[in-house]
Amino acid sequence: MNSFLMRSWLARALLFAFSVIIAAFFVTPLLWLITAPFNTQANLAVTIPSNPSLANFEAVYNNKFAMRALFQNNLIIGGGVMVLVAGVATMASYGLSRTHVPGRDVLVYVLILFSSVVSGTAAMVPIFLLVFRLGLIDTYAGVILVMTGGLLPSAIFIMRDFIDSIPRSYEEAALVCGASSLRVFRDVALPMVRPGVVVVAIWAFVNAWGAFLIPSVLLRSPDRMPASIASYSFYTEAGTPNLTLLSAYAFLYTIPVLVLYLIVNWRFGFRFFGGIKS
Amino acid sequence: MTQITFEHVVKRFGSVTAVNDVSLTVGDGEFVALLGPSGCGKTTTLRLVAGLEFADSGRVLIGERDVTRLPPRARDVAMVFQDYALYPHMTLLENIGYPLKVRGVGKQERVERVTEVAQQLQIGDLLDRRPGQISGGQQQRASVARAVVHQALCFLFDEPLSNLDAQLRLEARAFLKHLQHELGVTTVYVTHDQAEAMALADRIVVMNFGRVMQIGAPLEVYRRPANTFVASFIGSPPMNLLAGTVDLGRGMFRLNGEEPAIDMSALFRRLNGKLTDGQTITLGVRPEHLMPQIEPSPGAIPAQVYAVQPMGGEVLIVVRVARKLVSVRLFRDEPPDLPHEVWLVPDLNMSYAYDADGNLLQ
Repeated sequence: MNSFLMRSWLARALLFAFSVIIAAFFVTPLLWLITAPFNTQANLAVTIPSNPSLANFEAVYNNKFAMRALFQNNLIIGGGVMVLVAGVATMASYGLSRTHVPGRDVLVYVLILFSSVVSGTAAMVPIFLLVFRLGLIDTYAGVILVMTGGLLPSAIFIMRDFIDSIPRSYEEAALVCGASSLRVFRDVALPMVRPGVVVVAIWAFVNAWGAFLIPSVLLRSPDRMPASIASYSFYTEAGTPNLTLLSAYAFLYTIPVLVLYLIVNWRFGFRFFGGIKS
Repeated sequence: MTQITFEHVVKRFGSVTAVNDVSLTVGDGEFVALLGPSGCGKTTTLRLVAGLEFADSGRVLIGERDVTRLPPRARDVAMVFQDYALYPHMTLLENIGYPLKVRGVGKQERVERVTEVAQQLQIGDLLDRRPGQISGGQQQRASVARAVVHQALCFLFDEPLSNLDAQLRLEARAFLKHLQHELGVTTVYVTHDQAEAMALADRIVVMNFGRVMQIGAPLEVYRRPANTFVASFIGSPPMNLLAGTVDLGRGMFRLNGEEPAIDMSALFRRLNGKLTDGQTITLGVRPEHLMPQIEPSPGAIPAQVYAVQPMGGEVLIVVRVARKLVSVRLFRDEPPDLPHEVWLVPDLNMSYAYDADGNLLQ
């Protein structure tokens, strides 16, 4: 009996220790991200700054290249991808959900399969050639189109779940009321799938926000580089990061995404996470 | 003049024929109920009128116009759905006014007409609420209001009462019948509840497996079911059906080889020439047309009492006849004092015989 209690106590202690290690693994970088930017002499250690200052932010603010990357280029690329992916995915998945095309489900699954198996990295050379032929190298449009293409299959897959969950009778009622198909989509279907549109839009924005590879291959001029590439301006020429400034820049880099989440949480309450709202 | 006409309409879903060669006419201002078990094609028939499904062959006419290939918005019908289909993101004012908005009616007139209809349906003070904030009965009225707010050519109801509790359903039933009378608009009403169809409709269309089994006024269908399917579907409890063989020479009916044979010469005389000796028929008698007696008599069917159920205004007695359960209805409140062995005297004027295919012999 005693040994049984002992063993269960030991098991719980081990589980606890294990959880602590896992938690530390994920929490420490976040702690560093919060503390380091306010430390004028930041290193890789997590230390609460004895003399917190905003000097790092001032230095970052004076780096015009990095600031434009973050507050102009990233917003243009992220916003463009967000609007295109959400718009096209909503209409495409509505069409796929509401019409009877033979082989429709097969088509959707093949799309998903291809987008997850054939990654953007593997297709980079043909994509580059295609964009080059289209004359879209070193343009926002080229980056936005390529990223939209990469995100669309998954976005359509997510949206279809939302649209399939809406009873047809809402749209049928509008049809009988005298509305045209386009009007039914605008007045009835679209407002009802809005939570799904928001999920897909945010997901697309976050993906575009953090993207590195596609912009680094398709963009040339420093004026158009997004923040993920601009962060290299805080490395020395030998490739050593200036942690002090880099941490402040990373801090600013995360803020728009956080703000977006908070706004959505406030407007929609995140009730749509975990699938379908009843 | 809005009559709805079906001419040999067929609708298939894959290998299933949902509507199989249906022809019927709903007269101007008439209230017709489509009645049948689930999967019988009644809802598909209604959706063919609305334009939510298109016929594979045959024609659908609203008034004089062939609408077989027309989309819903070209048909000018109004429909109430089983789940009401009120748009959750719109207020009741916007919901009820939606058919007007789509038709380009100005905002001012829209508000006036919606308010008028809503007051008539006693939901006038809920117009700024959303569907999620009102009760099921109010939602039902709101969906009816959306249907009547513009003068459609006909009303289509798809089981509009099935989501209400029993008490509300009775109220809504009377309300719908009253409303249809007042407006005088041609109405097609789908239900699986035979009592609802009887109570509401001017005529009932009984359907099964996509086919029309019988069309007639409620009492006509109740009194003289055209086949055993209608007999067993209409009435609560339904008509008693007893299979047996005919002995024409002696005027006797033998219940599935059971003894004794029963004298039915009066019924056989009425069906003069329709029966052959030794033919297997099904005898159909409504529960209220069986009289239980405590003594045997010619033409009485021997039975054993199984259960006596007082219902308030009537007494329902279930008895066992030739190993089958048979219902007997007495219009009295006090249950009678019956011995275990009883004899049932059928009213042969109200009894019917069906052939081996289940069709009425007459």
